[in-house]
Amino acid sequence: MGGYIMTEQVPLLRVKNLTKIFGGVTAVSNMDFDLPEGNLLGVIGPNGSGKTTLVNLITGFVKPTAGRIEFRGKEITGWPPYKVVGEGISRTFQMVRPFYQLPAFKNLIVPLYSPRVKKLAGGKYGNRDAVALDLLEEVGFERDAYVSYKKAGALPQGYLKRLELAKSMALRPDLIILDELFSGLSLAEVASIVPIIEKLKTKGKTIIMIEHRLKELFRIADRVMVLNYGRKIAEGRAAEVMESPDVKEAYLGSEGE
Amino acid sequence: MKRRKERIDRGVKARSADIFALTSYREMLYLLIPGAIPVVGLLCFTPILSDYWREVMISTAVYALLAMSWDMLMCAGLLSLGQSLFFGIGSYLAGSLNYYAGLPPILTMPIATIGGGVLCTVLLLPVLRLRGVYFAMVTLVLPLMLSRLVEATRILGGTEGLTGLTPFPNQLTALFVIQLALLAVLFGFRRIMGSDYGLVIKGISDNDRSVMSAGLNIYWYKTQVLFLGACVGCFAGAFGTHMDMFAGMPGFALDYSLMPVASAVVGGTGTFAGPLIGAFILVPLSEMLRALGALRIVFYGLFLVIFVVGLPEGIFAYVQRKYQQRERWVDIS
Amino acid sequence: MLLGTLIYGFVNSAILALLAMGFNLTFGISGVANFAYGAVYIFSGFSVWIFLNTFGIPYLSAVLIAIVLSGLMGLAIYYGVILRIKGMPLSEVMATFGLGLAIMELFRYFDFVGFRYTLPIFFDGSFSVGEVYIDYQRMMIGLIAVALTVCLYLFTNHTRTGLAFRAIAQDERTALTFGIDADLVGALSMALGCALAAIAAVVILPLGTIAVEGGYEVLINALAVCIVGGLGSTVGILVASVLIGFSQTFTANYLEPHWMMLVSLIAIAIVLVVKPSGLFSHQKELEERI
Repeated sequence: MGGYIMTEQVPLLRVKNLTKIFGGVTAVSNMDFDLPEGNLLGVIGPNGSGKTTLVNLITGFVKPTAGRIEFRGKEITGWPPYKVVGEGISRTFQMVRPFYQLPAFKNLIVPLYSPRVKKLAGGKYGNRDAVALDLLEEVGFERDAYVSYKKAGALPQGYLKRLELAKSMALRPDLIILDELFSGLSLAEVASIVPIIEKLKTKGKTIIMIEHRLKELFRIADRVMVLNYGRKIAEGRAAEVMESPDVKEAYLGSEGE
Repeated sequence: MKRRKERIDRGVKARSADIFALTSYREMLYLLIPGAIPVVGLLCFTPILSDYWREVMISTAVYALLAMSWDMLMCAGLLSLGQSLFFGIGSYLAGSLNYYAGLPPILTMPIATIGGGVLCTVLLLPVLRLRGVYFAMVTLVLPLMLSRLVEATRILGGTEGLTGLTPFPNQLTALFVIQLALLAVLFGFRRIMGSDYGLVIKGISDNDRSVMSAGLNIYWYKTQVLFLGACVGCFAGAFGTHMDMFAGMPGFALDYSLMPVASAVVGGTGTFAGPLIGAFILVPLSEMLRALGALRIVFYGLFLVIFVVGLPEGIFAYVQRKYQQRERWVDIS
Repeated sequence: MLLGTLIYGFVNSAILALLAMGFNLTFGISGVANFAYGAVYIFSGFSVWIFLNTFGIPYLSAVLIAIVLSGLMGLAIYYGVILRIKGMPLSEVMATFGLGLAIMELFRYFDFVGFRYTLPIFFDGSFSVGEVYIDYQRMMIGLIAVALTVCLYLFTNHTRTGLAFRAIAQDERTALTFGIDADLVGALSMALGCALAAIAAVVILPLGTIAVEGGYEVLINALAVCIVGGLGSTVGILVASVLIGFSQTFTANYLEPHWMMLVSLIAIAIVLVVKPSGLFSHQKELEERI
């Protein structure tokens, strides 16, 4: 509990003693952290360090073995995914699997059908197709080129990742969790997505980014948390974290950079 | 020299996809004719048939309803190998309401439809959380076990069944009742699956993870689909009961499970029109091949394998493609 | 009375375990639910009968040939049908279901119906434990069920092929990277499952007649045991067989014989409400592997 900072107001997300054991393997162990509203938290760590399990735990896709998750001071531990989304947490998946047969913008119909969207819109869904097209333009689908009307199966990876981002934005969340959004993208594609995330930040959204692309992440992250073997081994500003000997040994050292 | 088949939408299809369809009678006809075929075919053509073939048409329609109910479940990724569960429960409900309480068909059929839908949904609710194979296993096992239950406990008439139930006033009434129901289900289900709601349902069978992360409770949607499918199946059962003036263990027979699956797969799944076409091919065919006995079921089994493995799109998708697209071979070098 | 019930309950459990073992093995390894399982069962029964009565082959060789034939049939189903629709579990179910029906009804069409279709008993005679008489055939069923369980355990834990089976069952993708041929393992699992169905058939069928309905019965029983025990779990199958087997025998002896059939229905109903995935299932949690 050493680096635990007590803040005056309730943080947006508070994770306490979170533990998950998969049949003898501890994927996440005794994880603690607070995330104030409006922050961008980067989560890094070697493969198998429990990053994705952490995302699954927070979003309710996996039930924790022990521990507590609070969102806006309300306990959401072990809630099913749809209820977690209802509170205002949305996520992207590392492996994107859109509905390949549908045009890109029709992919957004499913999140736009969500009860949360209906509630925020004052009980009416409105014209979902138009909202979907606007959202896609926001994440860089060129309207003039009619990319949004193409079948999702015909789109390159860069667009699919943006579609995934748009899907999570469609839920109008307060906290967005991006699970390796940049993986499998070229430098140019990453460079084109970074401004979208920065824009989300300026709009006051709280963001957690799981990333392997450290350079891009460090540029936009307020704080960085390092995981190894399911434990948090460091947390703080990017520059500070990288100085920690634990991190050097566990993460950077192993990559041989 | 290599060749490749090129498929291009017909001009009329592209035009009629938009509001411009209203500008010319050709586009309107293009849109209306496919929908008119089943309406005209069923309501005008079948009444002029002989008594025997009307009877065949009625049983075809019963199977077609079961096949469309199967297709609805399949849209949400629920593979049912026990449509006879719905048929049997609908049949017993309507039968006992008529037999013990003396209610007329006009009351028993709606009650059995809704009540049976609720009952079947509650029965199968626990399985919705499991993988698709479990749903298939449980639906296959349940009807056969339920018929054992009736046999062992001798409730509801036991092996004899409930006999002497109120029939329909005449054959033509029965024909119109079942065919109106058929059309209502066909267009109703197609409408549902064409809406955004339908998109969510298909999303569940495609990628449930993605639908869950969109803040939708997939089990609630699966329950709704199960209820819709079960209602249609139970209606078929209730109708069949009054048609045969009998409710009994044959309602849980494997025939009512196999035929709908075979019809839907042969016709093309996910379209509702496909299962309808499939039933209208397979059931009359079965009637003509009655002399072959057990060999008929061998054929249906093989049809099922051949279509699942070789022609998974089914007949309807093929016809639809021919209607909407031009095909031509182009050389590629 | 009680001793007899216990002994016959054990035999009944052994029969159920034998019936479910093959189905469960195939599913546990390759994820294929072989709904043609009942058809394979009666296929091997009828082939032994044909070898014995038409070709006059000695009983033991006829049995061995039938087991090998059933295994080959499993291979044929896998390479002919399943491989073409691999990865679509619902299509696999429909195709094997259709195939099974076709095979079973083909036997009916060729008039394999009647009381003359019986297999001779391996060892005639019986012995008594206290006041309970038990015939050697039933005793043998119990022994074979135990022996097969032990063999399967040794096979999957101590042989190369067995370990490859387990690897595929755990995580297909990772297993592929270690150079395990998933298709071959799938085919072998299918063959082994069908061979187990054949073994069950040749030891159980001498107790009664070989009938097409028996095929449906076997499939239903195997499915019921798997639903209760949890698909893919060997321990679950054994526990479920014992539970259902003993309660069936107790119901038959102390209540009414024809209520026996209701036991599996009630067991399924209870399990579905309390623990839908079965007593010993280890369904993977919905998760992305890290």
